[in-house]
Amino acid sequence: MTIQSFKEANTAREDSRDIGFWSTFIHGKAWKAGRYPLLSILAFLYLVPVIVLIMTSFKTQIQIMSRAPSWIFMPTLGNYQNVLMEQGFLRYLINSLIVGSVATFFTLIIGGFASYALVRFNFFGRGTISFSTLLLRMIPPAVLVVPIYVLWTFFHLADTRLGLIIVYIGFNLPFTIWVLISFISDIPIELEEAAVVDGCGPWKIFFQIILPLIKPGLAAAAIFTFRIAWNEFLLALVLTNRVTRTLPVATTIYLTDIGVEWGNITAMGTLVALPAILFTFLAARQLIAGLTAGAVKT
Amino acid sequence: MAKQQGLFKGITPYLFVAPALIVLAFTCLYPVIKGFELSFFDWKLGTPIESRKFVGWENFIWAWNDPALFNSIKVTIIFAISAVSVELCLGLILALLMEKGIKGIALFRTVFIVPIMIAPVVVGLIWRYLFDANFGLINYIAQLVGFEPKVWLGTPGLALPAVIVTDIWQWTPFMFILFLAGLQSLPTSPVEAAQVDGATTWQVIHLVKLPLLAPVIWVAIILRMIDAFRSLEVMYILTFGGPGRETEVLSLNIYKTAFNSQRLGLSAVNAIFLLVFIMLFSLAFLAIARPALSKK
Repeated sequence: MTIQSFKEANTAREDSRDIGFWSTFIHGKAWKAGRYPLLSILAFLYLVPVIVLIMTSFKTQIQIMSRAPSWIFMPTLGNYQNVLMEQGFLRYLINSLIVGSVATFFTLIIGGFASYALVRFNFFGRGTISFSTLLLRMIPPAVLVVPIYVLWTFFHLADTRLGLIIVYIGFNLPFTIWVLISFISDIPIELEEAAVVDGCGPWKIFFQIILPLIKPGLAAAAIFTFRIAWNEFLLALVLTNRVTRTLPVATTIYLTDIGVEWGNITAMGTLVALPAILFTFLAARQLIAGLTAGAVKT
Repeated sequence: MAKQQGLFKGITPYLFVAPALIVLAFTCLYPVIKGFELSFFDWKLGTPIESRKFVGWENFIWAWNDPALFNSIKVTIIFAISAVSVELCLGLILALLMEKGIKGIALFRTVFIVPIMIAPVVVGLIWRYLFDANFGLINYIAQLVGFEPKVWLGTPGLALPAVIVTDIWQWTPFMFILFLAGLQSLPTSPVEAAQVDGATTWQVIHLVKLPLLAPVIWVAIILRMIDAFRSLEVMYILTFGGPGRETEVLSLNIYKTAFNSQRLGLSAVNAIFLLVFIMLFSLAFLAIARPALSKK
């Protein structure tokens, strides 16, 4: 019996006995034919909030305030002009970029060292360290915000980019270690043993063998670390001033006591969200690796 | 086994973990300890450190009798449990529907991650606009279908559900992606064996697939619950805790006590409540989930 005919027989048998709502539905013709249009509609509806954000950013105040939302309109760049011409924008953008990239770089290096030691070295306190790293991941930022504000003021780290960078490295380390541990465990240890025989020291092995092999893990961890630094609001709000502010904090300037400047705030929101949206489509695979890390063994 | 013995001994392992430990101690451990110390002081935000006054357990007694604290604990629990359970159900149904045989699933999956990647501040402002009483899309659609327009974010009884809906929009995809990955990595033989034995598709799902998926489901619930307990940005933008204290989750309460009411000591006490609450919750949850997780 060929595989094809076996499959057909199997399907026929399945069809003949498989009754009940779920079976009829999932094997039915309607679902097979209808799932693509259905999924497309679902995906579109899902993105409507994001589409509304982007559309609103191109509308005038009068168009925004109208009761019936207009889907077809003359786009205006006025809001973007307001936001980009605003004195601080460039500075906030640069702050976000510096804080994000420096924090990501150091998180990866420091996290990489620690994960390597936790996977490959046997030392006193290893279990405690890996357990408490996981525990630290659970602490909500709101618990830390007041003491960090007090301490950072004391150490003259408040209102500096360095202060924010240190916080973000600390907040991202547990996740990064968690992701990298799973990637390092997958490397066959024989590679390192051979390197030891050839006379390589631990640092050389780490930089020349381990790091190149865990590139996918580093990419996933980098995206998530940068994303946290780029999006984070609470600590950035408390730890920065007019000069060192990052983009999410700057966005909330348009929420005033008199009301919300919808045109400007949606333009700003679009600018903040744009890199995230682009990244999602460019690096979907790494994102999924990061999201499912530790929860699902693949 | 080489892995157990370790390749290198002596001081090297400690040099590798030291940078991480120093940073974590400085950014997480030290602030937590400092928070405990702060909780015994009466200190107004913006005044010099010398002006703080040691008050012993006074802040704790105040917090214990503070209806606002217990209100925010209640709001946090309602928010976390309702949002996460809806996300769990929707994510599971979607994952089971799209488990196999769908070409181009990668593209759909990518579309669904977009809300996770966007800054919570931006998510908050998108939904604040959608829920707007005068020109929001939600009231517009409600009127088209014949419902009365509502002041969603300003009406007691409607604001918290609005916040929950926003969270469901943003985080259902996380559940979906975890479950999809989980289902696709299940061993095929138990499913095939059940089919050969004549199980219906529904029986395969709830007798074979769901039990096999249980570890992933528990991990997803724990991760999302921890996230739900720490979220505050969306409420900050959508309602700032209002109307009244309707949507004031514990995290937001801590922020407002410190930076609006300027009571640093009391805020530190509320933070201790949140910390203890999360620890107790996680321990309880791990105890419940242990049988499922240890099978992994």
